[in-house]
Amino acid sequence: MAMLELEKVRISFGALTTLDDLTLHVNKGEIVSVIGPNGAGKTTLFNVITGVYRPDSGSITLDGQNLVGKDPAKVTRSGVARTFQNVRLFLNMSVIENVMAATFGHTHAGLFSSALGLPRSRREEADVREQAEELLRFFGTRLTGYRWEEPAYSLSYANRRRLEIARALATKPKVLLLDEPAAGMNPKETHEITEVVERLRSEKGLTILIIEHDMHVVEGVSDRVVALDHGVKIAEGDFDSVATHPAVIEAYLGRKAAETK
Amino acid sequence: MDTPQTSAEDSAGRAEVVLGIGTDEWVARHNERLIVDSGPLARLKDTASKIPNLVRWLLVLLIAVAVPLGTSNPYIMRVGVNLGLFILLSYGLNIVVGYAGLLDLGYAAFYGFGAYAYALVSSDQLGHHWKTYISVPIIVVATALLGFLVSLPSRRLMGDYLAIVTLFFGQVFVQVVLSSDSITFPWATDSIDITGGSNGIPALDPFVLFGHKFLNAKDYYWLLLAIIVILTLTITRINRTRIGRAWRTIREDSLAAQAMGISINRLKFMAFIVGAALAGLAGTILSAVQGAVFVNGFDLPLLTLVYAAIILGGSGSLPGAVMGAIVMSLLPEFLRVPSYSEILFFVVLILVIGAMRRSIKSFAITLLGIFVTGIIVRGIFLSLSVKSLPRDEWATGVIGRFLSHWLFVPNNRLLWGNASFVLLIALIAYLTQASPTIKRILLPVAAFLGIFLWEVRLIQQPSTTRQLIIGTMLIVLMVTKPQGFLGKARVEVL
Ligand SMILES: Nc1ncnc2c1ncn2[C@@H]1O[C@H](COP(=O)(O)OP(=O)(O)OP(=O)(O)O)[C@@H](O)[C@H]1O
Ligand SMILES: [Mg+2]
Repeated sequence: MAMLELEKVRISFGALTTLDDLTLHVNKGEIVSVIGPNGAGKTTLFNVITGVYRPDSGSITLDGQNLVGKDPAKVTRSGVARTFQNVRLFLNMSVIENVMAATFGHTHAGLFSSALGLPRSRREEADVREQAEELLRFFGTRLTGYRWEEPAYSLSYANRRRLEIARALATKPKVLLLDEPAAGMNPKETHEITEVVERLRSEKGLTILIIEHDMHVVEGVSDRVVALDHGVKIAEGDFDSVATHPAVIEAYLGRKAAETK
Repeated sequence: MDTPQTSAEDSAGRAEVVLGIGTDEWVARHNERLIVDSGPLARLKDTASKIPNLVRWLLVLLIAVAVPLGTSNPYIMRVGVNLGLFILLSYGLNIVVGYAGLLDLGYAAFYGFGAYAYALVSSDQLGHHWKTYISVPIIVVATALLGFLVSLPSRRLMGDYLAIVTLFFGQVFVQVVLSSDSITFPWATDSIDITGGSNGIPALDPFVLFGHKFLNAKDYYWLLLAIIVILTLTITRINRTRIGRAWRTIREDSLAAQAMGISINRLKFMAFIVGAALAGLAGTILSAVQGAVFVNGFDLPLLTLVYAAIILGGSGSLPGAVMGAIVMSLLPEFLRVPSYSEILFFVVLILVIGAMRRSIKSFAITLLGIFVTGIIVRGIFLSLSVKSLPRDEWATGVIGRFLSHWLFVPNNRLLWGNASFVLLIALIAYLTQASPTIKRILLPVAAFLGIFLWEVRLIQQPSTTRQLIIGTMLIVLMVTKPQGFLGKARVEVL
């Protein structure tokens, strides 16, 4: 059963068609990878799903519910959370506040109940903190302990990526979109990310769409791989069949060859 | 051959002790590696920063309570009320600008709206005399509503649009108030005077709360103090919890905030409305304590001062807003007295030199340099046989008398004062470009010119001087501590 479904989604920026009638689905509990050369339209795909851009045509549904035309906050609240390719944390807020802030959509304390410190809002605040701590603990020793009250900018690059995942989880998503979660990580950390993605499904029951350039990660996590080039789906299937697909090899090598010219 | 080997060994040895660059621990401890200021000033700062926040708040509160118990001097109480109003305004603007990061340039008009609204329902102007506990809440809500309406046209509340719309609103408010002294309605024959135009509205009712009629500034002072204590507690709480966190995410990265399910438009409206409401509340108190209301005072100068207060204190910091308000509202009062402003001038001068010359030795050398420059200049004046001004005609203050043994003050103060002013500006402009060595050599000359200018010319013109001092202080602060006194340095992209 499809959890996330895109039907003939099309978006262009000026003369450039970035997604060209793209049809794609992710089943419940599935991990699907999106690969493709630089500029293929992968990040744009995420931006269209999350409501940052509105598609020119086509439909996007989450669990049967329409997403097109909703603003990003609404999309997130209906159950899609994301991370960013170029990590966008709330740098001057503490690590734990980053996670706590993302519970906004499913919490209720208003201006007056917070100001007066009513019991209900106090309870909610304690609850939010507990949720955030638990999400941070998901990353084991990597994100635990003394750093939670430190500003987010004090984290290393790898930990920023982890924190971004924890923050996305705090929105209580059904579908998680990860944009190059292993970019800039060393081999050991990259391997850990593979495990994290697997655990996100088994422990949190998430459906995951992941953009990744690192083929080890793609091979390690994917149930299915979708290859994009110029906004068109050029191949789809299990890792081996996509990785050896002539169109995929050409998209990568052709691009490389063109660049070296 | 030898050297590279040693250095390789060196770095290998260090690597065992020092954490690898870029590892989590290394990054997390970045604060410890920041260059630490030395010198007496820095040590004082360090000690002060160790006092816990609560203690500081209590200390300030203690002083705020002690003053009215100790004195009933109406002037002091008026200054206290002004300070309280200023703090209220800073709190409101701090929410809009400091937390939500919205550039609201019409803020002064909300203050004015509250003040005029109170005047209209508490005077013979329109013949209404509402009870305080009815009028004030209604006006606060009305101002909040007005805030909502003003922010509506710039629905997405993007920085520049919002700034323009609110600036326009602020100017329109002043014009409307000025021209609403003769409004003709189609159904009436006579024109009606609503706002009193530039004459304002006189004879306003004072507050009456809990059966107590507010008779003097002290009553309003206590009221303001109570309001500020309550607001400090509630705003701190809001800032720490759901709404405040969401406000700060907008300031940090509004796209990421939206992607985390935060409805940024609603939150921006909320910040804007709360800010307007606080300004409206301050306005009603201003009207009541003055017993009259005039349009000047709700214009750009006030806006500038309130912005200066929150920027000075550190945008986004509540203690900073209090401190900024204290400085911006007490300093002009303080500087009214010439001998006080003289003392402040020299304190600021010494602080500036201290900030530029960190070690005691180079500080002393600079002072010596100033002294020598003075002697040389005196020699030049004497050899040119410029007529000097007798000592007792200019050396009035303590500092002046002290300086009079050294400083040559020419008889033609206007000419030489203006000349030194031009020279000083040129010199400072040059110094910002100059190499460190030249800076070191010319700093005493610039400082001397500053002293000369002060004693020869500025001390005669207190109001210009006041603005110059405040302006200079802001510039110095901007350069040395861009995040304000109590603000945390913000990291934008790393
Ligand atoms: N807002 C925009 N305006 C104009 N062009 C855009 C916009 N967003 C994306 N594009 C264009 O769409 C194309 C696809 O960009 P996108 O970021 O989706 O690529 P990508 O597959 O994520 O690449 P990478 O692997 O480098 O991250 C690029 O040519 C880009 O310039
Ligand atoms: Mg991308």
